Amino acid sequence: MPHRDVMHGSRAVAEAVKLCDVKVIAAYPITPQTHIVEDIAEMLANGEFDAEYIMVESEHSAMSACIGASATGARTFTATASQGLALMHEVLWIASGMRLPIVMVNANRALSAPINIWNDQSDSIAERDSGWVQLYVETCQEALDSVIQAYRIAEHQDVLLPVMVCMDGFVLTHTVEPVEVPDKEQVRRYLPELRLPHALDPEHPVTMGSLGDPNYYMECRKQQEIAMEHALRVAEEADEEFRRVFGRGYGILEEYNMQDAEVVLVTMGSVAGTIKETIDMLGSDVGLLRLRMFRPFPKEAVRRALRNAKVVNVIEKDVSMGFGEGALMTELKSVLYGSDIRILGTVAGLGGRDITTEHVRQAIERAERALRGERVEEVAWAGLKEEAL
Amino acid sequence: MKVDIAACITEPGSSERNKTGGWRVFKPVVHQERCIDCGSCWIFCPEACISRNEAGEYVVDLDFCKGCGICANECPTEAIEMVLEEK
Repeated sequence: MPHRDVMHGSRAVAEAVKLCDVKVIAAYPITPQTHIVEDIAEMLANGEFDAEYIMVESEHSAMSACIGASATGARTFTATASQGLALMHEVLWIASGMRLPIVMVNANRALSAPINIWNDQSDSIAERDSGWVQLYVETCQEALDSVIQAYRIAEHQDVLLPVMVCMDGFVLTHTVEPVEVPDKEQVRRYLPELRLPHALDPEHPVTMGSLGDPNYYMECRKQQEIAMEHALRVAEEADEEFRRVFGRGYGILEEYNMQDAEVVLVTMGSVAGTIKETIDMLGSDVGLLRLRMFRPFPKEAVRRALRNAKVVNVIEKDVSMGFGEGALMTELKSVLYGSDIRILGTVAGLGGRDITTEHVRQAIERAERALRGERVEEVAWAGLKEEAL
Repeated sequence: MKVDIAACITEPGSSERNKTGGWRVFKPVVHQERCIDCGSCWIFCPEACISRNEAGEYVVDLDFCKGCGICANECPTEAIEMVLEEK
Protein backbone atom coordinates (compact mmCIF):
# COMPACT_ATOMS: atom_id res chain seq x y z
CA MET A 1 0.00 0.00 0.00
CA PRO A 2 1.22 3.54 -0.67
CA HIS A 3 1.74 5.49 2.51
CA ARG A 4 2.09 9.18 3.31
CA ASP A 5 4.84 10.45 5.54
CA VAL A 6 6.78 13.62 6.17
CA MET A 7 10.41 13.44 5.11
CA HIS A 8 13.20 15.54 3.68
CA GLY A 9 13.90 15.34 -0.04
CA SER A 10 16.99 13.19 0.40
CA ARG A 11 14.95 10.54 2.20
CA ALA A 12 12.36 10.66 -0.58
CA VAL A 13 15.12 9.87 -3.09
CA ALA A 14 16.41 7.00 -0.95
CA GLU A 15 12.85 5.61 -0.75
CA ALA A 16 12.66 5.73 -4.54
CA VAL A 17 15.96 3.85 -4.88
CA LYS A 18 14.62 1.18 -2.55
CA LEU A 19 11.35 0.94 -4.48
CA CYS A 20 13.18 0.58 -7.80
CA ASP A 21 15.10 -2.53 -6.68
CA VAL A 22 18.42 -0.91 -7.53
CA LYS A 23 21.15 -3.57 -7.53
CA VAL A 24 24.32 -1.48 -7.29
CA ILE A 25 24.96 1.86 -5.59
CA ALA A 26 28.39 3.48 -5.77
CA ALA A 27 28.69 6.89 -4.19
CA TYR A 28 30.96 9.36 -2.47
CA PRO A 29 29.45 11.77 0.06
CA ILE A 30 29.29 15.49 -0.64
CA THR A 31 27.09 18.21 0.81
CA PRO A 32 24.15 18.57 0.16
CA GLN A 33 23.81 15.08 -1.31
CA THR A 34 25.11 13.29 1.81
CA HIS A 35 21.75 12.33 3.32
CA ILE A 36 20.73 10.52 0.15
CA VAL A 37 23.62 8.06 0.25
CA GLU A 38 23.53 7.86 4.06
CA ASP A 39 19.85 6.94 4.01
CA ILE A 40 20.44 4.29 1.33
CA ALA A 41 23.32 2.83 3.38
CA GLU A 42 21.07 2.74 6.45
CA MET A 43 18.27 0.99 4.55
CA LEU A 44 20.74 -1.63 3.30
CA ALA A 45 22.22 -2.13 6.77
CA ASN A 46 18.69 -2.62 8.10
CA GLY A 47 18.01 -5.23 5.43
CA GLU A 48 15.19 -3.19 3.90
CA PHE A 49 16.44 -4.11 0.44
CA ASP A 50 19.33 -5.96 -1.11
CA ALA A 51 22.03 -4.29 -3.19
CA GLU A 52 25.78 -3.94 -3.55
CA TYR A 53 26.94 -0.69 -1.96
CA ILE A 54 30.38 0.22 -3.25
CA MET A 55 32.34 2.71 -1.19
CA VAL A 56 34.76 4.59 -3.41
CA GLU A 57 37.44 7.21 -2.97
CA SER A 58 36.03 9.84 -5.32
CA GLU A 59 33.10 10.75 -7.52
CA HIS A 60 35.17 9.83 -10.57
CA SER A 61 35.41 6.32 -9.15
CA ALA A 62 31.73 6.33 -8.16
CA MET A 63 30.64 6.92 -11.73
CA SER A 64 33.26 4.48 -13.03
CA ALA A 65 31.95 1.77 -10.70
CA CYS A 66 28.40 2.53 -11.85
CA ILE A 67 29.55 2.19 -15.47
CA GLY A 68 31.07 -1.23 -14.76
CA ALA A 69 28.02 -2.39 -12.83
CA SER A 70 25.57 -1.08 -15.40
CA ALA A 71 27.51 -2.78 -18.18
CA THR A 72 26.64 -6.13 -16.60
CA GLY A 73 22.97 -5.21 -16.88
CA ALA A 74 22.45 -4.29 -13.21
CA ARG A 75 20.21 -1.37 -12.25
CA THR A 76 22.58 1.24 -10.89
CA PHE A 77 22.32 4.46 -8.86
CA THR A 78 24.54 7.22 -7.62
CA ALA A 79 24.15 10.75 -6.34
CA THR A 80 26.43 13.75 -6.21
CA ALA A 81 26.63 17.55 -6.28
CA SER A 82 28.76 20.44 -7.48
CA GLN A 83 32.50 19.60 -7.32
CA GLY A 84 31.59 15.92 -7.27
CA LEU A 85 29.69 16.25 -10.53
CA ALA A 86 32.55 18.27 -11.98
CA LEU A 87 34.99 15.54 -11.01
CA MET A 88 32.76 13.04 -12.82
CA HIS A 89 32.83 15.12 -15.99
CA GLU A 90 34.89 12.82 -18.21
CA VAL A 91 33.16 9.65 -17.05
CA LEU A 92 29.71 11.18 -17.61
CA TRP A 93 30.50 11.13 -21.32
CA ILE A 94 31.64 7.52 -21.09
CA ALA A 95 28.39 6.47 -19.38
CA SER A 96 26.29 8.08 -22.10
CA GLY A 97 28.59 6.99 -24.93
CA MET A 98 28.42 3.39 -23.70
CA ARG A 99 24.64 3.79 -23.61
CA LEU A 100 24.27 2.74 -19.98
CA PRO A 101 20.96 3.52 -18.24
CA ILE A 102 22.47 4.79 -14.98
CA VAL A 103 20.30 7.08 -12.85
CA MET A 104 21.96 9.79 -10.79
CA VAL A 105 20.51 12.43 -8.51
CA ASN A 106 22.40 15.70 -8.53
CA ALA A 107 21.73 17.84 -5.48
CA ASN A 108 22.29 21.16 -7.25
CA ARG A 109 25.01 23.19 -5.57
CA ALA A 110 27.19 26.11 -6.62
CA LEU A 111 30.72 25.49 -7.89
CA SER A 112 33.89 26.81 -6.25
CA ALA A 113 35.66 29.25 -6.08
CA PRO A 114 34.79 30.88 -3.77
CA ILE A 115 33.83 27.74 -1.95
CA ASN A 116 30.10 27.59 -1.45
CA ILE A 117 27.95 24.66 -0.41
CA TRP A 118 24.60 26.31 -1.16
CA ASN A 119 22.21 25.90 -4.03
CA ASP A 120 22.36 27.01 -7.62
CA GLN A 121 22.20 25.07 -10.89
CA SER A 122 25.56 25.93 -12.48
CA ASP A 123 26.88 22.41 -11.79
CA SER A 124 24.38 20.42 -13.85
CA ILE A 125 23.92 23.12 -16.49
CA ALA A 126 27.67 22.82 -17.15
CA GLU A 127 27.08 19.15 -18.03
CA ARG A 128 24.26 19.79 -20.47
CA ASP A 129 26.21 18.43 -23.47
CA SER A 130 27.41 15.25 -21.75
CA GLY A 131 24.68 13.10 -23.31
CA TRP A 132 22.66 12.67 -20.10
CA VAL A 133 18.94 13.22 -19.98
CA GLN A 134 18.32 15.98 -17.41
CA LEU A 135 15.19 16.43 -15.33
CA TYR A 136 14.71 19.29 -12.83
CA VAL A 137 12.20 18.86 -10.02
CA GLU A 138 10.18 21.28 -7.91
CA THR A 139 9.20 19.29 -4.82
CA CYS A 140 10.35 16.36 -2.69
CA GLN A 141 7.43 14.30 -4.03
CA GLU A 142 8.50 15.06 -7.57
CA ALA A 143 12.07 14.05 -6.69
CA LEU A 144 10.87 10.62 -5.55
CA ASP A 145 8.56 10.19 -8.53
CA SER A 146 11.19 11.40 -10.99
CA VAL A 147 13.75 8.81 -9.88
CA ILE A 148 11.19 6.08 -10.65
CA GLN A 149 10.35 7.70 -13.99
CA ALA A 150 14.06 8.16 -14.70
CA TYR A 151 14.67 4.40 -14.75
CA ARG A 152 11.71 3.90 -17.05
CA ILE A 153 13.12 6.53 -19.46
CA ALA A 154 16.75 5.41 -19.20
CA GLU A 155 16.00 1.71 -19.67
CA HIS A 156 13.57 2.09 -22.58
CA GLN A 157 14.99 0.16 -25.54
CA ASP A 158 14.68 3.22 -27.80
CA VAL A 159 16.65 5.34 -25.31
CA LEU A 160 19.32 3.50 -23.27
CA LEU A 161 20.85 6.70 -21.94
CA PRO A 162 21.75 7.78 -18.40
CA VAL A 163 19.39 10.16 -16.62
CA MET A 164 20.30 12.90 -14.16
CA VAL A 165 17.55 13.99 -11.77
CA CYS A 166 18.45 17.49 -10.59
CA MET A 167 17.03 18.66 -7.28
CA ASP A 168 17.94 21.93 -5.61
CA GLY A 169 20.40 21.35 -2.78
CA PHE A 170 19.08 22.22 0.70
CA VAL A 171 15.91 23.79 -0.76
CA LEU A 172 14.72 20.25 -1.50
CA THR A 173 17.30 17.83 -0.10
CA HIS A 174 17.02 19.25 3.43
CA THR A 175 13.41 20.39 3.41
CA VAL A 176 10.74 18.26 5.05
CA GLU A 177 7.54 17.89 3.06
CA PRO A 178 4.63 15.48 3.04
CA VAL A 179 5.51 12.71 0.58
CA GLU A 180 3.48 9.78 -0.67
CA VAL A 181 5.65 6.67 -0.96
CA PRO A 182 4.19 4.41 -3.66
CA ASP A 183 3.42 0.74 -3.24
CA LYS A 184 6.35 -1.51 -4.18
CA GLU A 185 4.26 -3.90 -6.26
CA GLN A 186 2.90 -1.00 -8.28
CA VAL A 187 6.43 0.27 -8.89
CA ARG A 188 7.46 -3.22 -10.03
CA ARG A 189 4.63 -3.26 -12.54
CA TYR A 190 5.48 0.25 -13.72
CA LEU A 191 9.18 -0.56 -13.98
CA PRO A 192 9.93 -3.87 -15.69
CA GLU A 193 13.31 -5.51 -15.10
CA LEU A 194 16.22 -3.92 -16.88
CA ARG A 195 17.09 -5.61 -20.16
CA LEU A 196 20.35 -4.20 -21.48
CA PRO A 197 20.78 -5.58 -25.01
CA HIS A 198 24.57 -5.14 -25.02
CA ALA A 199 25.17 -6.30 -21.44
CA LEU A 200 28.37 -8.17 -20.60
CA ASP A 201 27.58 -11.87 -20.72
CA PRO A 202 30.12 -14.73 -20.82
CA GLU A 203 27.78 -16.69 -23.12
CA HIS A 204 27.80 -13.86 -25.67
CA PRO A 205 31.09 -12.02 -25.27
CA VAL A 206 31.34 -8.43 -26.49
CA THR A 207 33.96 -5.71 -26.28
CA MET A 208 32.60 -2.49 -24.75
CA GLY A 209 34.19 0.91 -24.74
CA SER A 210 36.35 0.06 -27.72
CA LEU A 211 38.05 2.35 -30.18
CA GLY A 212 35.70 4.38 -32.37
CA ASP A 213 38.02 5.72 -35.02
CA PRO A 214 37.09 8.45 -37.54
CA ASN A 215 35.24 5.82 -39.59
CA TYR A 216 32.63 5.19 -36.87
CA TYR A 217 32.74 7.90 -34.18
CA MET A 218 30.26 10.23 -35.91
CA GLU A 219 27.73 7.43 -36.33
CA CYS A 220 27.94 6.64 -32.60
CA ARG A 221 27.27 10.28 -31.76
CA LYS A 222 24.36 10.43 -34.19
CA GLN A 223 22.91 7.26 -32.62
CA GLN A 224 23.06 9.04 -29.25
CA GLU A 225 21.31 12.09 -30.67
CA ILE A 226 18.56 9.87 -32.12
CA ALA A 227 18.20 8.19 -28.70
CA MET A 228 17.85 11.68 -27.17
CA GLU A 229 15.05 12.48 -29.62
CA HIS A 230 13.31 9.25 -28.55
CA ALA A 231 13.81 10.21 -24.88
CA LEU A 232 11.49 13.18 -25.38
CA ARG A 233 8.58 10.96 -26.41
CA VAL A 234 9.48 8.22 -23.94
CA ALA A 235 9.58 10.71 -21.06
CA GLU A 236 6.12 12.00 -21.96
CA GLU A 237 4.78 8.46 -22.13
CA ALA A 238 6.52 7.51 -18.88
CA ASP A 239 4.86 10.44 -17.15
CA GLU A 240 1.42 9.66 -18.59
CA GLU A 241 1.72 6.04 -17.52
CA PHE A 242 2.91 7.19 -14.10
CA ARG A 243 -0.22 9.32 -13.78
CA ARG A 244 -2.39 6.35 -14.69
CA VAL A 245 -0.72 4.07 -12.14
CA PHE A 246 0.00 6.44 -9.26
CA GLY A 247 -2.55 9.20 -9.77
CA ARG A 248 -0.13 12.10 -10.27
CA GLY A 249 2.09 13.36 -13.04
CA TYR A 250 4.04 16.39 -14.10
CA GLY A 251 4.52 16.47 -17.86
CA ILE A 252 7.87 17.35 -19.38
CA LEU A 253 6.94 20.95 -18.73
CA GLU A 254 4.38 22.54 -16.46
CA GLU A 255 2.15 25.46 -17.40
CA TYR A 256 0.78 27.57 -14.54
CA ASN A 257 -1.70 30.42 -15.04
CA MET A 258 -0.82 30.39 -18.74
CA GLN A 259 -4.35 31.02 -20.00
CA ASP A 260 -4.02 34.15 -22.18
CA ALA A 261 -0.82 35.18 -20.40
CA GLU A 262 1.16 37.75 -22.42
CA VAL A 263 3.96 37.85 -19.88
CA VAL A 264 5.46 34.48 -18.97
CA LEU A 265 8.16 33.63 -16.47
CA VAL A 266 10.24 30.58 -17.38
CA THR A 267 12.27 28.59 -14.88
CA MET A 268 13.47 25.16 -13.70
CA GLY A 269 13.41 23.58 -10.27
CA SER A 270 12.11 24.53 -6.85
CA VAL A 271 11.92 28.30 -7.38
CA ALA A 272 8.77 27.60 -9.39
CA GLY A 273 7.05 27.34 -5.99
CA THR A 274 8.05 30.90 -5.06
CA ILE A 275 6.95 32.12 -8.49
CA LYS A 276 3.52 30.49 -8.21
CA GLU A 277 3.15 31.99 -4.72
CA THR A 278 3.99 35.45 -6.07
CA ILE A 279 1.59 35.16 -9.00
CA ASP A 280 -1.21 34.11 -6.62
CA MET A 281 -0.33 36.81 -4.07
CA LEU A 282 -0.40 39.55 -6.70
CA GLY A 283 -3.48 38.12 -8.40
CA SER A 284 -1.37 38.56 -11.52
CA ASP A 285 -2.28 37.39 -15.02
CA VAL A 286 1.38 36.48 -15.58
CA GLY A 287 2.01 32.85 -16.52
CA LEU A 288 4.73 30.44 -15.45
CA LEU A 289 6.35 27.85 -17.66
CA ARG A 290 8.42 25.38 -15.68
CA LEU A 291 10.72 23.18 -17.70
CA ARG A 292 11.00 19.80 -16.08
CA MET A 293 13.14 18.46 -18.88
CA PHE A 294 16.24 20.34 -20.03
CA ARG A 295 17.90 17.55 -22.05
CA PRO A 296 16.56 16.62 -24.47
CA PHE A 297 15.20 20.16 -24.79
CA PRO A 298 11.44 20.04 -25.43
CA LYS A 299 11.57 22.56 -28.28
CA GLU A 300 8.13 21.96 -29.80
CA ALA A 301 6.37 21.85 -26.44
CA VAL A 302 8.00 25.14 -25.42
CA ARG A 303 7.00 26.82 -28.69
CA ARG A 304 3.45 25.56 -28.22
CA ALA A 305 3.27 26.72 -24.61
CA LEU A 306 4.55 30.20 -25.50
CA ARG A 307 2.48 30.70 -28.66
CA ASN A 308 0.46 33.56 -27.08
CA ALA A 309 3.31 35.07 -25.07
CA LYS A 310 4.68 38.52 -25.89
CA VAL A 311 7.38 38.89 -23.23
CA VAL A 312 9.27 36.12 -21.48
CA ASN A 313 11.50 36.55 -18.44
CA VAL A 314 13.73 33.57 -17.69
CA ILE A 315 14.57 33.25 -13.99
CA GLU A 316 17.54 30.91 -13.61
CA LYS A 317 20.26 29.95 -11.15
CA ASP A 318 23.19 29.88 -13.55
CA VAL A 319 25.15 32.24 -15.75
CA SER A 320 27.33 31.58 -18.74
CA MET A 321 30.46 33.55 -17.97
CA GLY A 322 31.36 35.80 -20.88
CA PHE A 323 27.91 35.57 -22.43
CA GLY A 324 26.21 37.67 -19.79
CA GLU A 325 23.13 35.51 -19.35
CA GLY A 326 21.98 32.08 -18.21
CA ALA A 327 22.01 29.03 -20.48
CA LEU A 328 18.23 28.60 -20.39
CA MET A 329 17.73 32.15 -21.67
CA THR A 330 20.16 31.53 -24.54
CA GLU A 331 18.41 28.30 -25.45
CA LEU A 332 14.96 29.92 -25.35
CA LYS A 333 16.22 32.59 -27.76
CA SER A 334 17.40 29.79 -30.03
CA VAL A 335 14.15 27.86 -29.84
CA LEU A 336 12.05 31.01 -30.40
CA TYR A 337 14.26 32.35 -33.20
CA GLY A 338 12.14 34.17 -35.75
CA SER A 339 9.23 34.83 -33.38
CA ASP A 340 8.33 38.29 -32.04
CA ILE A 341 8.57 37.24 -28.42
CA ARG A 342 10.81 39.52 -26.37
CA ILE A 343 13.13 37.48 -24.17
CA LEU A 344 14.51 38.86 -20.90
CA GLY A 345 16.64 37.13 -18.33
CA THR A 346 17.02 37.19 -14.57
CA VAL A 347 20.12 35.67 -13.03
CA ALA A 348 19.08 34.75 -9.51
CA GLY A 349 19.97 32.71 -6.47
CA LEU A 350 23.63 32.08 -7.29
CA GLY A 351 25.47 30.41 -4.42
CA GLY A 352 22.29 30.07 -2.40
CA ARG A 353 21.20 33.73 -2.41
CA ASP A 354 17.51 33.70 -1.48
CA ILE A 355 15.09 34.30 -4.31
CA THR A 356 12.21 36.15 -2.67
CA THR A 357 8.70 36.98 -3.83
CA GLU A 358 9.97 40.57 -4.13
CA HIS A 359 12.60 39.46 -6.67
CA VAL A 360 9.90 37.64 -8.62
CA ARG A 361 7.66 40.72 -8.46
CA GLN A 362 10.51 42.81 -9.88
CA ALA A 363 11.02 40.31 -12.68
CA ILE A 364 7.31 40.50 -13.50
CA GLU A 365 7.37 44.30 -13.37
CA ARG A 366 10.34 44.50 -15.73
CA ALA A 367 8.62 42.18 -18.19
CA GLU A 368 5.40 44.20 -17.99
CA ARG A 369 7.30 47.42 -18.66
CA ALA A 370 8.84 45.77 -21.71
CA LEU A 371 5.33 44.77 -22.81
CA ARG A 372 4.33 48.45 -22.64
CA GLY A 373 7.25 49.30 -24.91
CA GLU A 374 9.48 50.80 -22.21
CA ARG A 375 13.22 50.31 -22.30
CA VAL A 376 14.33 47.69 -19.77
CA GLU A 377 17.49 45.84 -18.91
CA GLU A 378 17.78 42.65 -20.96
CA VAL A 379 19.43 40.72 -18.12
CA ALA A 380 19.10 41.64 -14.44
CA TRP A 381 20.81 40.03 -11.44
CA ALA A 382 18.16 39.69 -8.73
CA GLY A 383 19.13 41.04 -5.32
CA LEU A 384 22.64 41.98 -6.41
CA LYS A 385 24.48 44.25 -3.96
CA GLU A 386 25.74 46.89 -6.36
CA GLU A 387 27.60 48.65 -3.56
CA ALA A 388 29.68 45.52 -2.93
CA LEU A 389 31.08 45.29 -6.46
CA MET B 1 28.44 -1.93 -42.01
CA LYS B 2 26.03 -1.01 -39.24
CA VAL B 3 27.65 0.27 -36.05
CA ASP B 4 26.42 -1.68 -33.02
CA ILE B 5 25.06 0.28 -30.06
CA ALA B 6 27.86 2.07 -28.18
CA ALA B 7 30.30 0.70 -30.81
CA CYS B 8 30.21 -2.68 -29.09
CA ILE B 9 32.24 -5.34 -30.86
CA THR B 10 30.23 -8.54 -31.01
CA GLU B 11 32.56 -10.82 -32.93
CA PRO B 12 36.32 -11.38 -32.84
CA GLY B 13 38.74 -10.19 -35.50
CA SER B 14 37.73 -6.55 -35.83
CA SER B 15 41.22 -5.31 -35.00
CA GLU B 16 42.55 -7.31 -37.94
CA ARG B 17 40.02 -5.80 -40.30
CA ASN B 18 40.91 -2.30 -39.15
CA LYS B 19 44.25 -1.72 -40.92
CA THR B 20 46.22 0.78 -38.88
CA GLY B 21 49.43 0.86 -40.91
CA GLY B 22 48.34 4.11 -42.51
CA TRP B 23 49.47 6.02 -39.40
CA ARG B 24 53.11 5.33 -40.36
CA VAL B 25 55.64 7.94 -41.55
CA PHE B 26 58.82 5.78 -41.64
CA LYS B 27 58.74 2.11 -42.62
CA PRO B 28 61.27 -0.52 -41.56
CA VAL B 29 63.28 -2.13 -44.36
CA VAL B 30 65.10 -5.36 -43.40
CA HIS B 31 68.49 -5.95 -44.98
CA GLN B 32 68.48 -9.74 -44.81
CA GLU B 33 72.20 -10.08 -45.53
CA ARG B 34 73.02 -8.42 -42.19
CA CYS B 35 70.40 -10.37 -40.17
CA ILE B 36 71.88 -12.83 -37.63
CA ASP B 37 68.54 -14.44 -36.71
CA CYS B 38 68.64 -13.18 -33.12
CA GLY B 39 64.89 -12.44 -33.07
CA SER B 40 65.21 -9.14 -31.18
CA CYS B 41 62.93 -7.33 -33.64
CA TRP B 42 60.29 -10.04 -33.22
CA ILE B 43 60.57 -9.83 -29.43
CA PHE B 44 60.44 -6.05 -29.16
CA CYS B 45 57.80 -5.14 -31.77
CA PRO B 46 54.89 -3.73 -29.66
CA GLU B 47 52.36 -4.47 -32.43
CA ALA B 48 53.39 -8.08 -33.19
CA CYS B 49 54.02 -7.05 -36.79
CA ILE B 50 57.18 -9.08 -37.30
CA SER B 51 57.04 -12.71 -38.31
CA ARG B 52 59.15 -15.21 -40.23
CA ASN B 53 58.36 -16.15 -43.79
CA GLU B 54 58.76 -19.62 -45.28
CA ALA B 55 62.43 -18.94 -45.98
CA GLY B 56 62.93 -18.18 -42.30
CA GLU B 57 63.48 -14.44 -42.87
CA TYR B 58 62.09 -11.83 -40.52
CA VAL B 59 59.48 -9.75 -42.39
CA VAL B 60 57.26 -6.82 -41.41
CA ASP B 61 53.46 -6.69 -41.76
CA LEU B 62 53.02 -3.19 -43.17
CA ASP B 63 49.21 -3.35 -42.74
CA PHE B 64 49.74 -2.81 -39.03
CA CYS B 65 53.30 -1.52 -38.54
CA LYS B 66 53.09 2.07 -37.26
CA GLY B 67 56.73 2.86 -37.94
CA CYS B 68 57.77 3.30 -34.32
CA GLY B 69 61.33 2.18 -35.13
CA ILE B 70 61.82 0.04 -32.03
CA CYS B 71 62.90 -2.93 -34.19
CA ALA B 72 65.57 -0.81 -35.91
CA ASN B 73 66.73 0.53 -32.56
CA GLU B 74 67.04 -2.94 -31.03
CA CYS B 75 68.68 -4.70 -34.00
CA PRO B 76 72.30 -5.42 -32.92
CA THR B 77 73.62 -5.49 -36.50
CA GLU B 78 71.65 -2.48 -37.80
CA ALA B 79 69.97 -4.76 -40.31
CA ILE B 80 66.73 -2.72 -40.12
CA GLU B 81 66.63 0.72 -41.68
CA MET B 82 63.80 3.22 -41.19
CA VAL B 83 62.96 4.75 -44.57
CA LEU B 84 60.69 7.75 -45.12
CA GLU B 85 57.58 6.47 -46.83
CA GLU B 86 56.39 8.62 -49.72
CA LYS B 87 52.74 8.06 -50.60
